[in-house]
Amino acid sequence: MNVVTPFEGIGARVKRKEDLRFLSGRGQYTDDINRPGQTYAFILRSPHAHARIAGIDTSRAAAMPGVVGVFTSADLAGIGGLPCGWQIHNKDGTPMAEPKHPVLAEGKVRHVGDPVAVVVAETRAQARDAAEAITVDYEVLPAVASMAAALAPGAPLVHEGVPGNICYDWHIGDAAAVEAAFARAAHRVTFETTNNRLVPNAMEPRCAVGEYDAATGEHTLYTTSQNPHVIRLLMGAFVLNIPEAKLRVVAPDVGGGFGSKIYHYAEEAIVTWAAARLGRPVKWTADRTEAFMSDAHGRDHVTRAELALDAEGRFLALKVSTRANMGAYLSTFAPCVPTYLYATLLAGVYTTPAIYAEVKAVFTNTVPVDAYRGAGRPEATFLLERLVDVAARQCGFDRVELRRKNFIRPEQFPYQTPVALQYDSGNYHATLDQALAAADWAGFEARRAEAKARGRLRGIGPSTYIEACGIAPSAVVGSLGARAGLYEVGTIRVHPTGSVTVLTGAHSHGQGHETTFAQLVADKLGVPIAKVEVVHGDTAKVPFGMGTYGSRSLAVGGSAMDRAMDKIIAKGKKIAAHLMEASVEDIEFERGIFRVAGTDKAKSLAEISLAAYVPHNYPIEELEPGLEETAFYDPKNFTYPGGCHVAEVEIEPETGRVHLVNFTAVDDVGRVINPMIVEGQVQGGVAQGVGQALLEGCVYDEEGQLLSGSMLDYAMPRADDLAPVSVATHTTLCTHNPLGVKGCGEVGAIGAPPAVINAVVDALRDWGVTHIEMPATPQKIWSIIQGRTR
Amino acid sequence: MYDFAYHKPATLADAVKLLAADPDAKAISGGHTLIPALKLRLNRPSALVDLSGIAEMKGIRREGDALVIGALARHVEVAENAEVKAAIPALAYLAAHIGDVQVRNRGTIGGSLANNDPAADYPAAVLGLGATLHTSKRKIAADDFFLGMFTTALEPDEILVAVSFPIPERAGYAKMKNPASRYVMAGAFVSKGPMGVRVAINGAGPCVFRQAAMEAALAANWSPEAVAAIKQDPEGLNSDIHGSAEYRAHLVTVMAKRAVAAAG
Ligand SMILES: Cc1cc2nc3c(=O)[nH]c(=O)nc-3n(C[C@H](O)[C@H](O)[C@H](O)COP(=O)(O)OP(=O)(O)OC[C@H]3O[C@@H](n4cnc5c(N)ncnc54)[C@H](O)[C@@H]3O)c2cc1C
Repeated sequence: MNVVTPFEGIGARVKRKEDLRFLSGRGQYTDDINRPGQTYAFILRSPHAHARIAGIDTSRAAAMPGVVGVFTSADLAGIGGLPCGWQIHNKDGTPMAEPKHPVLAEGKVRHVGDPVAVVVAETRAQARDAAEAITVDYEVLPAVASMAAALAPGAPLVHEGVPGNICYDWHIGDAAAVEAAFARAAHRVTFETTNNRLVPNAMEPRCAVGEYDAATGEHTLYTTSQNPHVIRLLMGAFVLNIPEAKLRVVAPDVGGGFGSKIYHYAEEAIVTWAAARLGRPVKWTADRTEAFMSDAHGRDHVTRAELALDAEGRFLALKVSTRANMGAYLSTFAPCVPTYLYATLLAGVYTTPAIYAEVKAVFTNTVPVDAYRGAGRPEATFLLERLVDVAARQCGFDRVELRRKNFIRPEQFPYQTPVALQYDSGNYHATLDQALAAADWAGFEARRAEAKARGRLRGIGPSTYIEACGIAPSAVVGSLGARAGLYEVGTIRVHPTGSVTVLTGAHSHGQGHETTFAQLVADKLGVPIAKVEVVHGDTAKVPFGMGTYGSRSLAVGGSAMDRAMDKIIAKGKKIAAHLMEASVEDIEFERGIFRVAGTDKAKSLAEISLAAYVPHNYPIEELEPGLEETAFYDPKNFTYPGGCHVAEVEIEPETGRVHLVNFTAVDDVGRVINPMIVEGQVQGGVAQGVGQALLEGCVYDEEGQLLSGSMLDYAMPRADDLAPVSVATHTTLCTHNPLGVKGCGEVGAIGAPPAVINAVVDALRDWGVTHIEMPATPQKIWSIIQGRTR
Repeated sequence: MYDFAYHKPATLADAVKLLAADPDAKAISGGHTLIPALKLRLNRPSALVDLSGIAEMKGIRREGDALVIGALARHVEVAENAEVKAAIPALAYLAAHIGDVQVRNRGTIGGSLANNDPAADYPAAVLGLGATLHTSKRKIAADDFFLGMFTTALEPDEILVAVSFPIPERAGYAKMKNPASRYVMAGAFVSKGPMGVRVAINGAGPCVFRQAAMEAALAANWSPEAVAAIKQDPEGLNSDIHGSAEYRAHLVTVMAKRAVAAAG
């Protein structure tokens, strides 16, 4: 009998199955894939932020040793631009500007790194040597490297057909209600901030290998993607015109994505197309320098917000005006990030009754910007959680009490916000109290005094956040402009002797799905996780899928698997009823055992599956043989993880250097499947959140040159930049998915930045500092306290 | 990287010959500056002359009142060597805080000094201790060696063989790291000993330099307070997205103070 011991089901702290492979160097990443006869592509990229291409001479390159092909946009006639997956409408109802995003530059380059030409050669070095022999005649144009420059009157246009460089001018909420509330407010607090532009920097740079089989007409693309089926759809249907049935996309082991590997990139289309054109496999692998100028960047908002409060500190209304940088072209999901993933979160965990937000998306001569871990929600959370601290200070409220007073109370769920979302569950008071206790908030002033004696400035900062993930219902997102559904697909294949293969449309690139998903099967079907194989990342194996982003894999993908397991159990019961000569209604199923209720008659899942595949004694008239079920699960709502993060910092006043000394996270991620994996996800997210708060900032100069174009100038968080991150959970269940799960992949990156900056500002409170922009670098802090006295 | 020829001579004389014969050839020691530059195609040498097999460039030994460190000594060797720790603990400390483990396991003192990156660590110790540089041709005093950004007194076919550090009474080093690269944004190496009182500043300017006002103040009163009030002129200092010249000038004072405190 399949009895699971030790317990490996939901809630078990099981070690990650995939780690043996990863830690012993036996992962199989895209760059590990080499196909017979493979060639190498090198992409010549624009050194200019904005230039007209007067001519390209590839003749010298074509004659170089080892070169098998040199291509420019002239060779790509008939190939579509890279599609955008989300259409936003302007305030007046007209659709956003959606200029073409060519695979290779057509007549003009629009950012440093814009692909101009491709050289394919026998070796990578030969391809690169030849690329240096291409002459491009650039007529350099004035560039707009920032939103301020792009919006200035008479600014150069990134796209001729897009006046004012405005992609869209969108809004949400009730402007009149907000104005009315402001008119009667006792306090009005204004806050302006820039959410710094980030470069995602997954450990594994992007890579793509294209292959074409002329005998069958089949194309294969191996790619570093978070969603191979989406790439197949976008590239097949919109760019290269290849029917799905003739296009296989494989995303094998992927070394981190954080959003940057969601999108369909030019290089994927290039290698797929060139492989067919040349009749040989083509590989392209980015180096880190290329990643900095070609992976979609994140964040980059400039915002002005105003909060109205009554005399007791109750929030009456919130007014937000945001400019969001799209970069030079619309990346796959860029338009939805500063709208439906941002402005809809502006209620936060508070009962603010009236909210109005307007968002202008702006084209600039910079790398396209799209979703990066958290996507929109970190920007909303940073704005709100800083604003609340600023308001507390300005109006004389205690910042914790001010939060508590405005929290949505547990009995108010489901809670309808004024910005479209309906939160299903949460308990913000509980997560706050638990975090304050864990962080010893009450003992802080003593620690501050002790630090002062050592010459250090100590500060503490809270952040009480909510996010929306598991993005959801397809019909709703469709009405908001999504050009795709957002369900997920799971297949449960019970093999004849009872082991299980799970096929999932979600994709694991560090999240530990192979373990978490196996635990779901262990819990429900009673199969030990060693006998559960999770297959993902291959359109030829998995029926369909929308991939992994927005913390959706468990909430949506796990729910699909759960539904498929329900179907397995239902079918298994019919088989068991037949074998044990009972009626189906009398069969009970629990953790791998089918039992006739009230008797000791029982059959294991393995016995049932054997009967299903060897149907000698089988209800063949009513049931098909085999035991395999697929479910498409379309969620009913987003899920709403939330919680409280507390950061504690010390500042060296002489240098301005910030040391993170403590970080406490109490998160409500819904039901926890594997606490160890949740802790890892939260810690990783916090590391990136701390990175945004203290270290990371993507900087362009006025000409659009990327000053932070490598690790020498772009500061990623390292182990010694962090403090021990204490992670705990407080669970309220998601009420609308079968597992009760919410998601944990992004909470760290969402909750941490405002907690850290609130702590930094608190440390400097005696200097009269009210805000510090991210990243709070030593130089910035030093300059702010320069000349100020305590 | 571009193609290049590779030589691994066994003697200093052979290495010099190879470099003298080909003006486009380049020496390589730990490769932790040169290889990244080659990978970025910033450099196109016709040949690399690998110095790592040359015995006379290796080893760390005490010679009378000086510590002699072979140019091929890797950062980790200097950091962990008992003679260095006993004679000039500030030098061991400096070496132990260069880059990361991989860098310290490959990078050499000779490579670092020949490269003379304004943000490198070793130049501060060499200038701050008044060391002597032994080359394949001659001896060069520290004060005459560092000529400017990435420029030294070394001639193209001249190889740095060893560095002789006079042992000081006391010495200390402090630096503020660039948050991204973790190279030096501003650092100070201070010492008092046979070469007098010396304060060498790295990271802040285009080339390591001596801070005369601080040296005078410390000669009169060896204490952190003595340098605390001395301001560095920001004129001519480096400025980038991580630190303006003004910020670096301010850090010079802070690091000098910390270095003196560390020296005891
Ligand atoms: C990630 C990273 C971080 C780093 N961080 C720091 C840091 O914090 N602080 C710091 O100081 N350094 C840092 N470095 C640089 C490191 O210390 C280098 O190893 C060092 O600067 C050069 O030593 P090398 O032996 O590797 O020289 P190589 O790279 O081999 O050579 C460097 C140059 O010196 C020449 N050369 C080498 N040896 C000799 C010789 N004996 N005589 C004459 N010319 C010679 C070469 O021709 C070349 O031009 C870092 C490097 C990396 C990759």
